[in-house]
Amino acid sequence: MGKPPFEKVVSAHGAVVLRVCRAVLGAHDAEDAWSETFLSALKAYPELPDDATVQAWLVTIAHRKAIDILRARQRQSLPMDELPPRESPLGIPGEGHPEVLDAVGQLPPKQRQAVAYHYLAGLPYKDVSALLGVTPEAARRAGADGVKALRAALIQPRSAASQGADR
Amino acid sequence: MKDKPMSDNNVPVLPEGLRAGLEEIGAGTLERLHARLAAAAANRHLVDVSYCTVDSPLGPLLLAATERGLVRVAFASEGHDAVLQTLADKLSPRILEDPSPLDSVARQLEEYFAGARRRFDVALDFSLSSGFRLSVLDHLPHIAYGSTESYAQVAQAAGSPRAVRAVGSACASNPLPVVVPCHRVVRSDGSFGGYLGGAEAKRTLLALEAA
Repeated sequence: MGKPPFEKVVSAHGAVVLRVCRAVLGAHDAEDAWSETFLSALKAYPELPDDATVQAWLVTIAHRKAIDILRARQRQSLPMDELPPRESPLGIPGEGHPEVLDAVGQLPPKQRQAVAYHYLAGLPYKDVSALLGVTPEAARRAGADGVKALRAALIQPRSAASQGADR
Repeated sequence: MKDKPMSDNNVPVLPEGLRAGLEEIGAGTLERLHARLAAAAANRHLVDVSYCTVDSPLGPLLLAATERGLVRVAFASEGHDAVLQTLADKLSPRILEDPSPLDSVARQLEEYFAGARRRFDVALDFSLSSGFRLSVLDHLPHIAYGSTESYAQVAQAAGSPRAVRAVGSACASNPLPVVVPCHRVVRSDGSFGGYLGGAEAKRTLLALEAA
């Protein structure tokens, strides 16, 4: 038996890929990134080795698509060296909790990505480090620091998370 | 293929408040994204097989099409997941659920089951069949609605009068039942013979066409 129909890949991993895109990009751009990720995956699917880990493969594609979208966004606005803070996800009801997504948007990009890839997609830190181009130790630190910052933001949601978010 | 993404034994766990906040997905969101993906993928010709499931008097039918035409009709008894896996193995794993390319077939089947249609006007993709089996399938649409032929008659018409058993197996492996009417092939003594959708399904179809 070869690969399962691609439909199975979408139904098994669609939710995780959406969570990852949302954490990295915010709710508005997440849906474009989700679509582009699965279109690229569909195109390449016949060539994917049968023993590949599908979810890690999808997260790698989503990571690249998110970078494409962030770069396009930067070209449209101010030139920046680093990934900008995400746009506020507010205004899309039912898509995560606004205060939490907002707090993720305030994290430095590496922390945001480490939280998304490790905690939401379940990638081991060695894979996260390869995606981010940092050492495994730095990836682990980014993930832990990200979660710590998010907890702090949730304990004082009115001060940390709402400041700086454009409402 | 491995479905489990974890290679660490310690599965990462977020604190509860964060987990819910980051993981919740609105009702209908994934369905909406799926529909958008199917449309975009069809637009870019990235889908090799589209499929959907329709209700019928014979139970749920799986309909699958390539860009060339309808390639598979399957009864629930065949196991729709198993049929899709076979399509992935034999044709391509680029398979997405998408009813729009199958709208016309679905409508024609509905009309057929309502007694309002006697022949199907849809493009067919016979790439799952070859050789003598294909000759048999080619002949079947020539058996008129409401009439039947024996396995021996079909063998004759397909050019191999002695291949009566092979006609039986060609009918039993018809990838396009109902649309390509293998149910119109019966035993010489008038009894129904086998049917991949079950004897009851064959009886239902012949009764429908006799009405």
